[in-house]
Amino acid sequence: MPMAADALEAELREAFPDAEIVIEDLAGDGDHYRARIKSPAFAGLPRVRQHQLVYAALKGKVGGQLHALALETSAPP
Amino acid sequence: MTRAAPVPSSSLKGPIRRKLSPVSDTAETDLTHDFIAKTIAEHPVVLFMKGVPDQPQCGFSAICVQILDHLGVDYVGVNVLQSDELRQGIKAFSDWPTIPQLYVKGEFVGGSDIVREMFQSGELKPLLVEKGVLA
Repeated sequence: MPMAADALEAELREAFPDAEIVIEDLAGDGDHYRARIKSPAFAGLPRVRQHQLVYAALKGKVGGQLHALALETSAPP
Repeated sequence: MTRAAPVPSSSLKGPIRRKLSPVSDTAETDLTHDFIAKTIAEHPVVLFMKGVPDQPQCGFSAICVQILDHLGVDYVGVNVLQSDELRQGIKAFSDWPTIPQLYVKGEFVGGSDIVREMFQSGELKPLLVEKGVLA
């Protein structure tokens, strides 16, 4: 079940208000996105924990409503 | 490279083939949980994936297979598509919503993005060496 890019971005912004967020629709089908998120919330966390924070923010949509969300997470230097 | 056969033994498959009841049933959930715990305890490198290493059924699983093959590490592929309990169970087990999932020495390393990122940045190989699963 696809999801609009701006809806995805809005949910991420709500969860990570101080983040730099870039969304790309990889396949043009609203179902395969890449999100680059740079947020202080990720500082000092291993990648698995960073991605888990994003998945938690999207409340179960990844793997369900969204087939795939490629993630690149980082903390500002 | 001597990659173990995908879903290597009938004993691996055994517990999860049984269709007892819906996923929410506690007995079935425990069975799946035990199967996963046993699999990652018995095999140093386990890739939970869609399809099998020789025939991945999803591009993200294929990426992980290519990377592991490229590094020449021995691993076991477990096809989550063989059982809905397993497919859901591994997500709950790892607190991770997507497949594939890579385990090394019983520890969750990540999904395809993390595995690819670690490979590209040169972190994956040292990790595998450090864990004693790659010479």
